[in-house]
Amino acid sequence: MSEARQWDGLDLEADVLVIGGGPAGAWAAITAARNGSSVVLADKGYCGSSGATAPSGTGVWYVQPDEEKRRAAKEGRYTLGGHLAENRWMDRVLDRTYEIMNRLEEYGYPFPLNENGTAYKRGLQGPEYMKLMRKLVLKAGVKILDHSPALELLADEHGVGGARGVRTQRGDSWTVRAGAVVIATGGCAFLSKALGCNVLTGDGYLFAAEAGASMSGMEFSNAYAISPTFSSVTKTAYYRYASFYYEDGTIVEGAGSTRGRSVIARNLLQGRQVYARLDQAPADLQPLLRIGQTNFFLPFDRLGINPFTDLFPVTLRLEGTVRGTGGIQIVDDTCATKVPGLYAAGDAATREFICGGFTGGGSHNAAWAMSSGSFAGEGASNYARGLGSRAATRELKGLSSSPLTSASADRPEKTAERIQAVRDEVVPYDRNLFRTEQGLTGSLNRLDSLWRELRQTPVERSAAGVKGREAAAMTATARWMYRSALARTETRGMHKRADYPELDSNQRYRLIAEGLDEIAVSRRQVEEALVR
Amino acid sequence: MIEILSETKCIGCNQCVSVCPTNVFDRVEDGIPKIARQSDCQTCFMCELYCPVDALYVAPDAEAAVHPVEEQLESQGLLGGYREKVGWGPGRQPVSRHEGMYQLALKTGL
Ligand SMILES: Cc1cc2nc3c(=O)[nH]c(=O)nc-3n(C[C@H](O)[C@H](O)[C@H](O)COP(=O)(O)OP(=O)(O)OC[C@H]3O[C@@H](n4cnc5c(N)ncnc54)[C@H](O)[C@@H]3O)c2cc1C
Ligand code: SF4
Ligand code: SF4
Repeated sequence: MSEARQWDGLDLEADVLVIGGGPAGAWAAITAARNGSSVVLADKGYCGSSGATAPSGTGVWYVQPDEEKRRAAKEGRYTLGGHLAENRWMDRVLDRTYEIMNRLEEYGYPFPLNENGTAYKRGLQGPEYMKLMRKLVLKAGVKILDHSPALELLADEHGVGGARGVRTQRGDSWTVRAGAVVIATGGCAFLSKALGCNVLTGDGYLFAAEAGASMSGMEFSNAYAISPTFSSVTKTAYYRYASFYYEDGTIVEGAGSTRGRSVIARNLLQGRQVYARLDQAPADLQPLLRIGQTNFFLPFDRLGINPFTDLFPVTLRLEGTVRGTGGIQIVDDTCATKVPGLYAAGDAATREFICGGFTGGGSHNAAWAMSSGSFAGEGASNYARGLGSRAATRELKGLSSSPLTSASADRPEKTAERIQAVRDEVVPYDRNLFRTEQGLTGSLNRLDSLWRELRQTPVERSAAGVKGREAAAMTATARWMYRSALARTETRGMHKRADYPELDSNQRYRLIAEGLDEIAVSRRQVEEALVR
Repeated sequence: MIEILSETKCIGCNQCVSVCPTNVFDRVEDGIPKIARQSDCQTCFMCELYCPVDALYVAPDAEAAVHPVEEQLESQGLLGGYREKVGWGPGRQPVSRHEGMYQLALKTGL
């Protein structure tokens, strides 16, 4: 632990600090600022292009406030998610998402128009959406720090009171003392190069846990997306039009985009390459599909492949918790964590309340990012206001679990080796997609010893040091994932236990993981009764 | 992976340096930026969209450098091709507004 004031570089004070500038962070910052707070937003990359939404785009869970439509929307995922979602939360998120999407139209987001000239609001194109969000964040008076990854939170005995990190393009550090902090650092995709995901290394989970917060639902962390082997583009919606083939042109029985991904994985595990072709897409639909997702076609066009007529090799790329549902546990309607002054939003927070243990495609994540962002922004802003003048006189300390130093620390190759060691435990399908007690236990032994090593390894306060913290965050994330996965001796949502392939109705509870060196997993009842 | 920063096209606006989420480019005093950390590239194509003169090319391959030739890409219309499809740049309409989006939704629910 170290005193707050001793880092050189930028030193700021604000009511609210938001860490992460994807949709969740942007909405948190705007909402806090509109609520009268001074706000700083720090992003590892660039608020507007960084994170999972910006390069891809999302369908959005936008449902008219019509009783029948809302009921159907809520039912749609309830069973797939293993009955872990809650009606009350789904209602709140549907309401807030509806409101925000309508506001986006007023702010000038170019929605397509229907035949009556009315905006049709079912999705958002990533580059367009996040360019607008940056503009709105600035207009709300928020100070943005780009290329400014956080390295640790600051706290005193009353709770969290800021954070600090480095400015990678300037080579110095930043410190922000704030009444409240919102963590909106996205999920963790373990540097798998899924579209836009390499900035998402679970940093926020680690920061929150270092402050004493818990994780919830970390067993729902094994999302794998279909992509061509030669590409980062993990857009999966169009694979509903795909047939899957072996090299000799025979069909891969049972392979598919939603439920058939396991079949693809099993073949890949056996060393049999699987190919796809979008040959189920009717000819009249093809030009429309090209408009709908320009980025889906980009790799194909550049390589001269026509995905409607040519076979192309596919793989499953790990997206971890980005399209999983686990994350930081939130304890009330304002998206507060159990640590005073600390809030979580978007993929950084658990999404179990609205989609249980499964998201896949289909808009829940985007709806959660915007609505939880606005809940958290409002909550953090009110909390900071409640602190009043006490905020200025706090004696804050840094919370990093690895020593942060100014001197040059570890060799970069060593960090790269450790990152590879974590990836070796979470990327393989036979460890993470098809889980077994034996596999999980073996991985945990190795991950625990890696964690002990990282705990002792000094991290430099520099761009190179950021990778050291990412290695620690990914290791911690993998350990919460697998400890939770071991505790859930059934198959539910996306969590698949090869040794317990059925859903066990006695295990309809949430799993809360807490701790850094020793991880304890406990059960927590789902507040609402099962809906049949 | 990012492959080309065209020295003949680049006007040194440093937009790519600003927007690259993984900080692949380095600003150069009195010059045009350089691709400093190619292996950190996450193949997200964002830099291409923000380059005002279509001077950048990101090859789809996320794992390995493939060393394409600029003249060839140019003649195939691949420089700036993505920005055009997204509808960014003077005189273009953002694809998000395209009526095809609505048609597609009507037909498929997508
Ligand atoms: C290919 C793809 C397609 C998707 N399609 C859909 C869809 O159709 N519908 C849907 O609902 N969802 C979809 N999703 C999921 C959706 O994109 C995410 O749920 C959403 O982006 C989450 O928003 P967020 O703001 O929480 O995180 P992100 O958008 O990921 O943003 C997180 C931000 O935090 C920053 N950050 C990370 N670490 C730090 C740090 N240490 N310090 C400072 N900043 C940090 C990052 O730079 C980034 O800008 C898709 C995801 C992918 C990958
Ligand atoms: S493709 Fe993305 S990660 Fe690669 S250089 Fe361009 S902006 Fe950076
Ligand atoms: S964005 Fe384009 S023009 Fe501007 S510096 Fe980069 S390559 Fe050059």
